[in-house]
Amino acid sequence: MSRQVYLDYAATTFTAPEVVSAMTPYFTESFGNPSSIYSFSERNRKAIDAARQKVADVLGATKEEIYFTSGGTEADNWALKGAAWRNRSKGNHVITTKIEHHAVLHTAQFLQENGFDVTFLDVDAEGRISLDDLKKAVTGKTVLVSVMFANNEIGTLQPVAEIGAFCREKGILFHTDAVQATAHVPIDVKAMNIDLLSLSAHKFYGPKGVGALYVRKGVRIDNFMHGGGQERGRRATTENVAGIVGLGAAIELTSGRMKTASARIGGLRDLLVEGVMKTIPHAKLNGAPSGERLPNNANFSFIGIEGETLLLDLDGAGIYGSTGSACSSGSLDPSHVLMAIGLSHEQAHGSLRLTLGEETTEEDIRYVLSTLPGIVKHRREMSPLWEDYLKSIEGGR
Amino acid sequence: MYSEKVLDHFQNPRNVGEIENPDGVGQAGNPKCGDIMKIYLRVENDVITDIRFKTFGCASAIASSSMATELVKGKTVEEAWNLTNKAVAEALDGLPPVKMHCSVLAEEAIHAAINNYRRNRGLPVWEEESHDELVDHHAHHHG
Repeated sequence: MSRQVYLDYAATTFTAPEVVSAMTPYFTESFGNPSSIYSFSERNRKAIDAARQKVADVLGATKEEIYFTSGGTEADNWALKGAAWRNRSKGNHVITTKIEHHAVLHTAQFLQENGFDVTFLDVDAEGRISLDDLKKAVTGKTVLVSVMFANNEIGTLQPVAEIGAFCREKGILFHTDAVQATAHVPIDVKAMNIDLLSLSAHKFYGPKGVGALYVRKGVRIDNFMHGGGQERGRRATTENVAGIVGLGAAIELTSGRMKTASARIGGLRDLLVEGVMKTIPHAKLNGAPSGERLPNNANFSFIGIEGETLLLDLDGAGIYGSTGSACSSGSLDPSHVLMAIGLSHEQAHGSLRLTLGEETTEEDIRYVLSTLPGIVKHRREMSPLWEDYLKSIEGGR
Repeated sequence: MYSEKVLDHFQNPRNVGEIENPDGVGQAGNPKCGDIMKIYLRVENDVITDIRFKTFGCASAIASSSMATELVKGKTVEEAWNLTNKAVAEALDGLPPVKMHCSVLAEEAIHAAINNYRRNRGLPVWEEESHDELVDHHAHHHG
């Protein structure tokens, strides 16, 4: 079989085999409904409890502060809508950023359509918000600030601790979408003054369809899922026992090897970035420098070519990545994140995100470095935009 | 997502390149939307004897360019003018609905090149048909 190089770990990871093993008994043997009082269900109640403790340990929280959800999107929806509805008598102003994941961005827009004023903060060229902008945006009516921990496209880390300290001082709730960051970079909800935090299992070698919301003790938000009394009356529906067990096993596994993994994967990422910048003319690295972004994230723009073309050519070579180009997303506009960091449409259309993970090897990276430059060169040669770009930089001299 | 013909013309595009001192050259699209198509024509005795293209865009834009050049090569200028975007899409065994504008781009680029040729010959230009309905559909589809 020809070589396959999966470099889209930010989209989703595989479920670690040990995580699958931990989950399996809860499909077949121990299938009881955790809400049933008989002893047969006791094992499931305990399993959920243990998973909750594992999540709490990784975040520096207590287990009573962890609520399981169907994923990161639900956690984001719950945090924003729940906090906004709960506090609407106090104020109707919410602050977020222009580079949030759609789970936050579209939820914020929904709040806007329902009587809330929302400020979308700008970011700098590396994708970071400014604390001054945040401070200036706050009004007497601000009830919630939502800033992602790390960006899913360009990997840039936000000054979360500073944002948390400021919000706590002002008495404003602070939510962070930590879907890309959890178990990959250190998080301490207490030290960072985080009130609400969203996470998702399938970004750290857990199963899809399960996530969690951390809600700091004493913080009240409205319920999102109404129904039975599960999750201490805060989130209805019969627990996804196997999924929750998988989330617990995965967060323990992944955060346990965080240091060694981020050193190894960060090193490979740096090798990739260095190689691409050296071998592909007029390549641009999008996002923050190494050390200020997720260790596994690389995002490039290759002026003159369009992202979907790049992805299909890479696919042909067995390499799987993603792009912020409009053509691949099924939208007319390129990525809102790439536009927010000031890229031109041409640069945003020609973007390529490669995200590394557990099974990425140095051989994989060398294979990409031997394949990608030729693909870029070939497609640029047939691009009128590349021709115009070369003329424009010659003319500019 | 794509037919085999689209993938074939994407992976092995026909008639890529430029023509030196072309008899007509035309361009359609814009970088904002993520696709630009440029067509070069060689016309002898009112017949398109050679045609080349350069395209910036997604797979369907590149495949549409390639197929369109194949369809008009060897045709008279008038026959080439009458090539519709639908014919290009059909020859590719169809395009996904959100990508139909790529076939429009091919038609528009050929029209622009033919009118450039006519202008160079001192002939009156032909009226280019608008494809607003498809552009609208496209915008609507994408929200």
